[in-house]
Amino acid sequence: MNASREHLLWMYETMMLIRRYEETMAQVYLEGKLPPAIQRGLAFDIGSGPVPGEMHLAAGQEPVAVGVCAHLRKDDTVVGTHRPHHFAIAKGVDLKAMTAEIFGKETGLGHGKGGHMHLFDPEHKFSCSGIVGASLPPACGAALAAKKRGRDQVAVAFFGEGAANQGAFHEALNLAALWRLPVLFVCEDNKYAISVEKSESTAVPWNADRAAAYGIPGVLVDHNDALAVYEAAGAAIARARRGEGPSLLEVRTDRYFGHFQGDPEVYRPKGEVEELRRHDPIPALAAHLRRENLLDEAAEQEIEQRVAARVREAFEFARTSPYPKPEDALRHVFH
Amino acid sequence: MSTARKLTMAAAIAEAIGQEMERDPDVFVMGEDVGKYGGIFGATGGLYARFGKERVMDTPISETGFIGAAIGAAAEGMRPIAELMFVDFFGVCMDMIYNHMAKNIYMSGGRVRLPVVLMTAIGGGYNDAAQHSQCLYATFAHLPGLKVVVPSNAYDAKGLMIQAIREDNPVLFMYHKGIMGLPWMAYYEGSTTEVPEAPYTLPFGEAKVVREGRDVTIVTLSQMVHKAVLAAEELAGKGIEAEVIDLRTLVPLDRQAVLRSVRKTGRLLVADEDYLSFGLSGEIAALVAENLDTIALKAPVRRLAVPDVPIPYSRPLEQFVIPQVEDIVGAAVQMMSAKAAAGARP
Repeated sequence: MNASREHLLWMYETMMLIRRYEETMAQVYLEGKLPPAIQRGLAFDIGSGPVPGEMHLAAGQEPVAVGVCAHLRKDDTVVGTHRPHHFAIAKGVDLKAMTAEIFGKETGLGHGKGGHMHLFDPEHKFSCSGIVGASLPPACGAALAAKKRGRDQVAVAFFGEGAANQGAFHEALNLAALWRLPVLFVCEDNKYAISVEKSESTAVPWNADRAAAYGIPGVLVDHNDALAVYEAAGAAIARARRGEGPSLLEVRTDRYFGHFQGDPEVYRPKGEVEELRRHDPIPALAAHLRRENLLDEAAEQEIEQRVAARVREAFEFARTSPYPKPEDALRHVFH
Repeated sequence: MSTARKLTMAAAIAEAIGQEMERDPDVFVMGEDVGKYGGIFGATGGLYARFGKERVMDTPISETGFIGAAIGAAAEGMRPIAELMFVDFFGVCMDMIYNHMAKNIYMSGGRVRLPVVLMTAIGGGYNDAAQHSQCLYATFAHLPGLKVVVPSNAYDAKGLMIQAIREDNPVLFMYHKGIMGLPWMAYYEGSTTEVPEAPYTLPFGEAKVVREGRDVTIVTLSQMVHKAVLAAEELAGKGIEAEVIDLRTLVPLDRQAVLRSVRKTGRLLVADEDYLSFGLSGEIAALVAENLDTIALKAPVRRLAVPDVPIPYSRPLEQFVIPQVEDIVGAAVQMMSAKAAAGARP
């Protein structure tokens, strides 16, 4: 499947946006968390600063989000993971409202109730969860609803390679296959389930091979490349839209940051990230676009500026938005 | 004697496990990131280097699988310690815990032994939102068949962990993240205490009077003990002497310690970080209500707990729903001017 000019440029700009967003978040996240701003004796305080709590960043994993979401419509459903920003951005979630949520502000997607791992945007049909493996069954439900209503919408569940060892993975694959649901399961293999390497946690080398157990196609993209993901996801999503059932797609991707910000990464060999960054998927796509005469220096600069402005505006909006009133904590348990 | 040696609660737990592993080859650890990483909250720090990966086993993210396996190994006479990284993750493996770990001894008419420890992190206060901040100890204490241990400091944690490992019953050992003494999370320093190096046990079912007082009994546990002590100090400045009781274990529950204190003070305030309704604070209140023939209450019972909402992410919202020092002070002050109904005398 050859990507259209629009899709190629969208993927490039969206990857740039995600990368800029995550790198900005990595910096902002450190505000107020280091000595001398924190309790004596601590190296870092996870609960301090304008963005407290855990923070899982997806720099390096952009190809998975854009290669899949390029094929999606606004009325398709995406369910993401505890590391959700790249999926949310690629699905079209409003950057300002998402950032405000991560800052815990009243203007956020969930009025500050959810935070970074729990982003809900019903308008763009995006949600995510902090529980590993929790994306797959609800994606089956969205696909079931589309099928029951005779619509050609699809659903996508993203999850990490660690999640493929949860019961939810196996139950969801069986259900989707049994009911021939229009769903795509996308496994982001970034090699580590927090600190545990895939080879130490998973009995088979590739999760894509597990699709065979449920009689559905399993496709492996063994390098972190947006075009390769685009091609594989395009075929699977078209198949789902035609009513031919689910697929499992596994992508070997790279996590540049720790599992969470502040992760000492004692499990990661020294120099690994530097090595991964030498094969960064963003310059790789830029090179392809230049070869195809779709991108020149002026256009590249324009994209960079546009992306920087969007990120700046989103963070500015989040910072200047008010906090919710404390007693608003009691609202929204029920309608 | 190395009585001056202070340990964080995380280090005390790891030391307890290490000493039991040395003593008993049947003791081993399973869980996510318990190996090289040393446990996300440090409860297995240093054990992997000492005992190797056969006895400190990193598992896949398969809680039903490895907690179920801990039950099976325990039934064979081994003494596994399984870690559920956050108690909030119980949702993916509750059948193994509730319907098997907690019931197999009973259903076997006492013929099966299950010497298994399930340890897990609880608590909020650092803005980790609704799926990573719950306490939930009442959820587990509600169902018969699990002993439930919720220590507030390093000394207690070591003695209770060794006791837990030596028990022939399943024990849920719940440590609050905000008292582990982690280098990356603010904590209450009162939780880092002197800890004897030699192994020792503390019996289950013995609450501790952390601070004596004549005016109001504050029943609490875990991180909230430290908030209650700070509140008691503030109250002392107002001429109110609070007695602080650290329950230490919920199953078994030291009912006599609660009754003894409330008989003395005539006022009961429960300070709890779990949800308000159908939980710990209601249980303690009921205990006192059932003994009003021997207790003269001077004020109605008060309960501080999370007001039946999931834990919100945003800081002002989270601070609002989790009881704070000033909430304990405020409640105690109000109770001193409140009156119990006439005729409430025994």
